[in-house]
Amino acid sequence: MIFRQTALEMHAAEARPAEWAVAGMRLTLTVEGGLHLAEASTLVVADLHLEKGSAFAARGQMLPPYDTAATLKRLAALVRRLKPARVIALGDSFHDRGAGGRLGEADRAALTALTEATEWIWVAGNHDPEPPRGLGGWATSELSIGPLTFRHAPRPGRATGEIAGHLHPSARIVGRGRSVRRRCFAANGERLVMPAFGALAGGLNVLDAAFHPLFEGRAFHAFMLGTDVHPIAGRKLVGEARTG
Amino acid sequence: MSTAADLLPKPFAEWFAQRGWSPRPHQIALLEKASEGRSALLIAPTGAGKTLAGFLPSLVELAARPKRSRRPGIHTLYISPLKALAVDIARNLETPVAGLQLDISVETRTGDTPAHKRQRQKLAPPDILLTTPEQLALLLSNPDAPRFFDTLETVVLDELHSLVTAKRGDLLSLDLARLRQLRPSLRVVGLSATVAEPDDLRRWLMPQQADAPPNLADLVIVKGGATPDVAILPTENRIPWAGHSAVHSMDAIYAAIKASHMVLVFVNTRSQAERIFQELWRINEDALPIALHHGSLDVGQRRRVEAAMAASSLRCVVCTSTLDLGIDWGDVDLVVNVGAPKGASRLAQRIGRANHRMDEPSRAVLVPANRFEVMECTVALEASLTGAQDTPRLRTGALDVLAQHVLGMACSAPFSADALYAEVTSAAPYAGLDRESFDRVVDFVATGGYALKSYERFAKIRAGKDGLWRISHPAVAQQYRLNVGTIVEAPLLKVRLASRRNGGPIGMGGRVLGEVEEYFAEQLAPGDTFLFGGLVVKLEGIRDNVVVVSRTHDEAPKVPSYNGGKFPLSTYLADGVRRLLADESSWSRLPDQVSDWLRIQKEASVLPGADQLLVETFPRGNRFYMVAYPFEGRLAHQTLGMLLTRRLERAKLRPLGFVASDYALAIWGLGDMGGAFAKGNPALGDLFAPDMLGDDLDAWLAESYLLKRSFRSCALISGLIERRHPGREKSGRQVTISTDLIYDVLRSHEPDHILLRATWADAATGLLDVARLSDMLMRVEGSILHQPLDHISPLAVPVMLDIGKESVAGSAADEIIRENADDLVREAMGEAYLGTFAGGGLPAGIPRS
Repeated sequence: MIFRQTALEMHAAEARPAEWAVAGMRLTLTVEGGLHLAEASTLVVADLHLEKGSAFAARGQMLPPYDTAATLKRLAALVRRLKPARVIALGDSFHDRGAGGRLGEADRAALTALTEATEWIWVAGNHDPEPPRGLGGWATSELSIGPLTFRHAPRPGRATGEIAGHLHPSARIVGRGRSVRRRCFAANGERLVMPAFGALAGGLNVLDAAFHPLFEGRAFHAFMLGTDVHPIAGRKLVGEARTG
Repeated sequence: MSTAADLLPKPFAEWFAQRGWSPRPHQIALLEKASEGRSALLIAPTGAGKTLAGFLPSLVELAARPKRSRRPGIHTLYISPLKALAVDIARNLETPVAGLQLDISVETRTGDTPAHKRQRQKLAPPDILLTTPEQLALLLSNPDAPRFFDTLETVVLDELHSLVTAKRGDLLSLDLARLRQLRPSLRVVGLSATVAEPDDLRRWLMPQQADAPPNLADLVIVKGGATPDVAILPTENRIPWAGHSAVHSMDAIYAAIKASHMVLVFVNTRSQAERIFQELWRINEDALPIALHHGSLDVGQRRRVEAAMAASSLRCVVCTSTLDLGIDWGDVDLVVNVGAPKGASRLAQRIGRANHRMDEPSRAVLVPANRFEVMECTVALEASLTGAQDTPRLRTGALDVLAQHVLGMACSAPFSADALYAEVTSAAPYAGLDRESFDRVVDFVATGGYALKSYERFAKIRAGKDGLWRISHPAVAQQYRLNVGTIVEAPLLKVRLASRRNGGPIGMGGRVLGEVEEYFAEQLAPGDTFLFGGLVVKLEGIRDNVVVVSRTHDEAPKVPSYNGGKFPLSTYLADGVRRLLADESSWSRLPDQVSDWLRIQKEASVLPGADQLLVETFPRGNRFYMVAYPFEGRLAHQTLGMLLTRRLERAKLRPLGFVASDYALAIWGLGDMGGAFAKGNPALGDLFAPDMLGDDLDAWLAESYLLKRSFRSCALISGLIERRHPGREKSGRQVTISTDLIYDVLRSHEPDHILLRATWADAATGLLDVARLSDMLMRVEGSILHQPLDHISPLAVPVMLDIGKESVAGSAADEIIRENADDLVREAMGEAYLGTFAGGGLPAGIPRS
């Protein structure tokens, strides 16, 4: 095996993001899983799934109550680094409708601090058709910036300039007798599907049937999140044993 | 002292006589223990009539009290590790019960028992119930348990040596403690193969008390029968330097099969079994009925092989440890053990499969697959002649198992923490459990046990005003019942042969060949060929949980790395190999090829003393190599490799990779390690200093996938994550949330959480084998022998040959991605497209190599 610096030893600021263009608009894909539009001073994050832990706890599976704090901490660091004027939370920001009521004091304060510091936009998702009250920001079902349209769930078929979340793309490659699975952006020149940002949000392999209506065959790239963001051609990806 | 006549009632004595038997001394001894109401451990080799000895006292007692005068209820509970064993024993008990015309009911209760029969068993329990640890846990979690067990007199635990080595044994020890609460006069009988430390098992059987001397069950030992007739299979061919396939010995194995009636060929791994089965059939000119048996084969296929064995219509079965346990498979007259024996006791149990009559010697041959294995086999052979044993010591009870048990007890009845703590610590594996840890486990069961107390309103169990803990909702009990047990099965995928017609698209219609572990399937890429079910197959793809393969005419499959098996060689054998290596006068016991090899090593390099650790360094190509020979097993070597490379990295010696075998560890890099060690920069003693188990280990563990695998199993056993949920029952694979993500969140926010402690305890003795590594580092302190060389030494050849063949997993995930990361953005999207970026050129993130 080969040794490189591990994720922990490497400072996020030194990590190399990837750059890509959708509908001619230049985008930066960060290692944290955020999408930065420097020209528009906008940061986009998808599928935060805040309070997923407590949603499971309510059903008897006591997942760590730290997922909201972990997600917000990562998001706050990203905002501090990129200093965007605007943040778009691209839907499923909250794991369920009761999530706002379960937010702990500290997490609520951290979230409010974020929404107050920038123009904050809640795009509606299927888990959170309406954002909880009293957390700041404004809500919409979708939004356009230049040639780009931001919505939670991608629309099947061609969609020039669509930026969406919802599917939690992850990619898998096999090498040296090992399998490596990571969250990823999935993109071609016309659309981009964002990875889930939430600490406990799982992934769906980009070769799953759910992605078929979005990309033609394997004519897309998976930008895998690691110490850097690694662009991998669709044809090099490997499907999942655990589909569905 | 009572005589046999006093103890064995006349009808029994007559029954023995009719069959031409006489009761054996240990059978009488157990009757005597029973008459005194004493618990006992019976240690006996295979074929000694162990099981009958265990049941005889119960049969005698039940026969003395006619059914009509008895309260209906369970008199004797028999627990075995295998469902199949329980069924087998039930069948065997029919003989004396029918022969003696006893009015005794014997029934089994396993996961396969239909619901209506379970229901009936609760209303009208049999006299003797044969079951498994999981079923016992379920019975005890029932509010009805006190009534169900209120006539119980005896518990018989079969294959105890095997039960106590895993988490199932922890669960069983806790259930035994509960049974004792219900029936303080309970007698417990353990049946075991020969073990290194009988006192451990004697203690395990009895209730223990804090600060009191160990409470031991009585011991009945049956001395081993005839000394086994064991030899290392000689070979005319060249003994391989490395590898595990033993192809060089195939002719000799085949000749041995021809000369015997029924042969068991034991191997360590499924892929070895496949390979050897294929090789034997390649040379099977007489078309001898040779079969294959391993845990991944289709169940129907396995049952057919077992039936054919019982009917004596086979000449040979190539098998893995799925056939290790004490089921009587008929007249095996030779055991062939291919590859490393791994442990003396393990080998003895395998050899015991040959000849189930204890007064005749078992016949066995050992077939080492490479040169180091020749040494290991030589040491193991001597152990089997002297009867040396190396079974592991008793384990410390796992906290995830305790969590499961605590919930089960709450389902049964409200409990007081004080009383349950006393009960739990009476079980030997938990005797050392401190009260704080126990309370944290209870807290974990209630609300997850987090420092951040935000789940109180969701608590699964709550302490009431009376101080008793009870479940907060009946659904909790239902949840517990669906998730009981400590065996976390590796998720399995079906392997199906693709149907392809006329070169058309691949269909799914072909037959199912069996199942493979998900992690095995994960490392395959489409187009890879491997052996399965005796066929060379090619991976077409993985669809809907099915591994689709096609037949290929490829003779030599690209067998994906799957090394010598998961068990490391025992410390006992490791010690023997080190001593054999150090003592030239003992080499006469080795084949010439091997002793010559060692002699050349002695001339070209050096041989370490039995207490020394040899470290060789040499340049090769444009790399520098370091090879160490600790002989501590692959898992410990892998951990050592991880830690050493971190240190070498810090010493600016730029390590590039390593590979670990059971015997040695090779590390290579760009810096001249030999030169650096010679200058003491760093000194070898510092490099191998035991303090590497502190900070370095912590830092590495943060990302270790091995720890994540252990965590998954702890999360499932402890009930943090459900395996199955009421209403929507999930298979092992479909756990709804990634335990890796949970692990990451937990580790960064509450690193001392009770479940991380449980995970760490597992990994330390399991996948990381830190305990063994630690012992080794202490042992070699001050005795490290550095031998700088100009080129590779003879001893280093085997492990160097493994480079490129064996994969070692670790933190290099990004490197693997990087290798696949492409310049293909350019190729796929066109240069012109990239030009649309303001700065032009390649996007960031694409290697500019």
